[in-house]
Amino acid sequence: MTDWPILSTVTFLPLVGVLLLLLTREDGPYGRRNILNVSLFTTVFTFIVSLFIWIGFDNSNAGFQMVEKHNWLGTGISYHLGVDGISMLFVILTTFLMPFCVLASWTSVEKRLKEYMIAFLLLEVVMTGVFVSLDVVLFYVFFEATLIPMFVIIGVWGGKDRVYASYKFFLYTLLGSVLMMLAIMAMYWQAGTTDITELLKYGFPAGMQTWLWLACFAAFSVKMPMWPVHTWLPDAHVQAPTAGSVILAGVMLKLGGYGMIRFSLAMFPIASEHFAPLVFSLSVIAIIYTSLVAMMQDDIKKLIAYSSVAHMGYVTMGIFAANVQGLQGAIFQMLSHGIVSGALFLCVGVVYDRLHTREIAAYGGLVNNMPKYAVAFMIFTMANVGLPGTSGFIGEFLTIIGVFRVNTWVALFAATGVILSASYALWLYRRVIFGALEKESLKALLDLSGREKLILYPLIAITIFYGFYPAPIFDATAASVDLVVNNYSAALAAAKTLALNAH
Amino acid sequence: MIYKAIVFLPLIGFLIAGLFGRSIGAKASEYVTSGLMIVAAVLSWIVFFNVALAHGEAGEVIKVPVMRWIQSGGIDVEWAFRVDTLTAVMFVVVNTVSTLVHVYSIGYMHHDPHRPRFFAYLSLFTFAMLMLITSDNLAQMFFGWEGVGLASYLLIGFWYKKPSASAAAMKAFIVNRVGDFGFVLGIAGVFVLFGSISFETIFAAAATYLPAAGSPEASQAVVNIFGMSLDKANAVTVVCLLLFMGAMGKSAQFLLHTWLPDAMEGPTPVSALIHAATMVTAGVFLVARMSPIFELSPNALLVVTIIGAITAFFAATVGLVQNDIKRVIAYSTCSQLGYMFVALGLGAYGAAIFHLFTHAFFKALLFLGAGSVIHAVDGEQDMRYMGGLRKHIPVTFWMMTIGTLALTGVGIPGTMIGFAGFFSKDVIIESAYSSHSPAAGFAFTLLVIAALFTSFYSWRLAFLTFFGRPRASADVMHHVHESPMVMLAPLYILAAGAVVAGVLFEGYFFGHEYAEFWKGALFTLPENKILEEFHHVPVLVAWSPFIAMAVGFVTAWYFYIKSPSTPRRLAASQKVLYEFLLNKWYFDELYDFLFVRSAKALGRFLWKKGDVGVIDTYGPNGVAARVVDVTNRVVKLQSGYLYHYAFAMLIGIAALVTWMMLGSSI
Repeated sequence: MTDWPILSTVTFLPLVGVLLLLLTREDGPYGRRNILNVSLFTTVFTFIVSLFIWIGFDNSNAGFQMVEKHNWLGTGISYHLGVDGISMLFVILTTFLMPFCVLASWTSVEKRLKEYMIAFLLLEVVMTGVFVSLDVVLFYVFFEATLIPMFVIIGVWGGKDRVYASYKFFLYTLLGSVLMMLAIMAMYWQAGTTDITELLKYGFPAGMQTWLWLACFAAFSVKMPMWPVHTWLPDAHVQAPTAGSVILAGVMLKLGGYGMIRFSLAMFPIASEHFAPLVFSLSVIAIIYTSLVAMMQDDIKKLIAYSSVAHMGYVTMGIFAANVQGLQGAIFQMLSHGIVSGALFLCVGVVYDRLHTREIAAYGGLVNNMPKYAVAFMIFTMANVGLPGTSGFIGEFLTIIGVFRVNTWVALFAATGVILSASYALWLYRRVIFGALEKESLKALLDLSGREKLILYPLIAITIFYGFYPAPIFDATAASVDLVVNNYSAALAAAKTLALNAH
Repeated sequence: MIYKAIVFLPLIGFLIAGLFGRSIGAKASEYVTSGLMIVAAVLSWIVFFNVALAHGEAGEVIKVPVMRWIQSGGIDVEWAFRVDTLTAVMFVVVNTVSTLVHVYSIGYMHHDPHRPRFFAYLSLFTFAMLMLITSDNLAQMFFGWEGVGLASYLLIGFWYKKPSASAAAMKAFIVNRVGDFGFVLGIAGVFVLFGSISFETIFAAAATYLPAAGSPEASQAVVNIFGMSLDKANAVTVVCLLLFMGAMGKSAQFLLHTWLPDAMEGPTPVSALIHAATMVTAGVFLVARMSPIFELSPNALLVVTIIGAITAFFAATVGLVQNDIKRVIAYSTCSQLGYMFVALGLGAYGAAIFHLFTHAFFKALLFLGAGSVIHAVDGEQDMRYMGGLRKHIPVTFWMMTIGTLALTGVGIPGTMIGFAGFFSKDVIIESAYSSHSPAAGFAFTLLVIAALFTSFYSWRLAFLTFFGRPRASADVMHHVHESPMVMLAPLYILAAGAVVAGVLFEGYFFGHEYAEFWKGALFTLPENKILEEFHHVPVLVAWSPFIAMAVGFVTAWYFYIKSPSTPRRLAASQKVLYEFLLNKWYFDELYDFLFVRSAKALGRFLWKKGDVGVIDTYGPNGVAARVVDVTNRVVKLQSGYLYHYAFAMLIGIAALVTWMMLGSSI
């Protein structure tokens, strides 16, 4: 088991599916079915293999595990993979969500199914790659490469304003990537290595940290997205097909959060402390501002997209609280949000497939003929609101406690999200689900089909399970989070003594 | 084991009725959930006798671990039950009322097609409430707290076709969340001050928390909350107030009360269980449970007293003029909760829990009785269309009368003769008089006035409903019928409780057996002597609630029996005041203007002007316009930005690699 390059296997396994898909013909009588089956099988198999990462993971080890390292071109850049408690679960999240994306696209994608599935499988490769990379260049390549399949997915299979949406997506991201590229070059120049494990130990000079931090922050905050660089997200979500939204909200937003923990906080602690007030302000604005905006949306997907921005506000706030509760809360919130918001987009997909509109006003009274759907939607709504007993609660609770220890004002403003999230989520639920069934167009709608149950029920089970028993996640993350927090405080303490001695 | 059974039986009932209700049918769902509740209720009484009424050491607590929950640094909480006398009392209250409501609902919901769902929700509520009262830490309490909120939301909105029910459900949840906002921050504050959110650790730390007066530590700032540098005493005040904000939301105290009257949109058994006997008392329970830290903060207790007194008075005034039978009882509940908070604020925690205990019986009785009335007159809730029902539904009439006698506190001062409310309410009023709290006089005055109003609106309700000429249509009157046995039996049991709960238990809750009964479950500082002092009040004070009650009764009798035209004339002559009360002091309108509409306007403004107007115009769209200019001029690549992007990235990576190769070779 130890010699087997499991991370490479999991990362590149979907390529096998891509290969098979390239050999499949779409136009034959069984073409469509074959494509779907190959994709589903590939993603499920990848997920099962990825579980072995978790099984083989040593919770007590704070460092990187299952490391693979090969030099590349003798450049100092290496093919270096590994996971620690912070990244491991994101790999699982990615592979876990993929089969649901395939299932969600079962009937809704009508044209170019083969290319669509290939795009998704490639997306899986590069997303997993981001989380397992231990070399900055490799990380950068994967990080940027995630955009290409996503572009294609939105641009080809998106709604009618898809060009504008991908446009926005592109422009926002461009700025961040250029700056991050410069930062990576500067880091290499200064430290002489691109190895993340080395960089984590390096300790950049304080003046330089500021610039590196800002450059990385530009890239990650767009991805997150943080206010005010969030406006690409609602458009991208609205235009993306259901599965695209699931991946966008479920995994791609987490790339930003992961990057902040791995780079901003761990490599540039002095700058992180310096800029924490800025991050706190932006997070709090994100929570309040986007919650209010979410409330007034008349498009279901846009509403959920805005609520994602608000939830990511808790994540950034928790990360830069830089204590155990804040950081673990942020990681938990990201994982939980990945499941819950993904599930909410799947719920929207269920009714969109039937009625082909996302207008809230077009719905109402669905509980009458879709009771099972109403229950599923209720559970995810409550998880989105952060009700204890669902996974949504734990992240919110811990990040608020974490940040309260650092700055009570931030906690106060962030806690208003507790009220606002209930307002927009329940109002949405009421308008879509409750009421009498009066609209003619809705009367013929059928309740969840077998396939839709297969999608939503496992997500319900996971949401509730981790609400009651989050211990597996805390066990896996605890050691690495402690390490990050300890290194952070040690670096700050060292910087303080240095400053004192200088005087 | 017995504790786990009590808590988890309702959960099992919920799962069976919720998951399989459709396949096993309505009858089976009813019997399964009610049957499990009966078992849980019997076990609760056993626990009550074993824990509360048995001899035991002070500070004795039974701890039942269940499962790990959240472990993150200093936050280390697990699912566990903490059983002491306070929990045992709540066990009895919750499970008894819940069982009776389950049984009653079999009759009341007879015609409803969604009975399995209804019973599932009732059991879910009971489970959440039990988790709340057995919690061993603040996080689990918050779980129960939100769980009952969810069940309340689901049950208020049970008739989802009625827009008003959906609106009321949403309002209840969101207003409660305003309280939870404080509660969450309070939990965070407790964690910062005491280093833990488990009760055991908090209470142990609280005992030695305050530095001795005069020591240098006493005035030293220990923590900065919301821009204020606070010493230890003030820090604990802030934390207590934050927790109390949570209690205000759940217990519908003044300013956060607006959801409770609207919650009457739910089926009546729900109102009896959730909005009278159990959930709304969670706030009282919270303060009583946290008495070890509330005792440390006289200022926080002062706020509790004032808010409680205002609520008791305010809700009673509104109750005077309401016409909906359930809303009158709802405002009465609100008012009685105010009494309990006054008792808590005065440090008379035992009195508060005592009133909670007796109130559960008679208020559930009144609600279920009202349900029986509504059932009889075909769903009508407006008392202006009732009247003269006494002869048609005599059993309901007598049960309601017992409830009214208990609520108004009928009894002979100085003796042990009286209904349940007589004991518990008089104890609170006397405590208010004898307390040394700066708000004691204020509280005493308002409580006595509220007692008068209570008596008036209770008898008004009874007279309007059961006496006088029938005002319902002949058609309705023709069908008026007494409720079936399955609905009346719960009334008998509650009526028995409403008669004897006071006389039997006064000594335990707030009398000679206080220490022996509570065994330290309620914490009071040695300086807190209210338990002895409230006995020594002047005779007039002891009689004041009785006088208030009698005046209220006589006025109501004059207004609604003797001279029924008086109320109308009075309302016409005092139009402004009448409208003010009828519209509940215009709180709904005020909040709608202040919060609902302004939040919506702000949301729209931020969206249209902020996101679209500023960020997009000057951000991506502005840049895009320039880019389009440039690309038009230079060259048109095939179609999309994808190619640009892939190309740019490729060049970038190539540049990076080249640069590094050069770099490493140098």
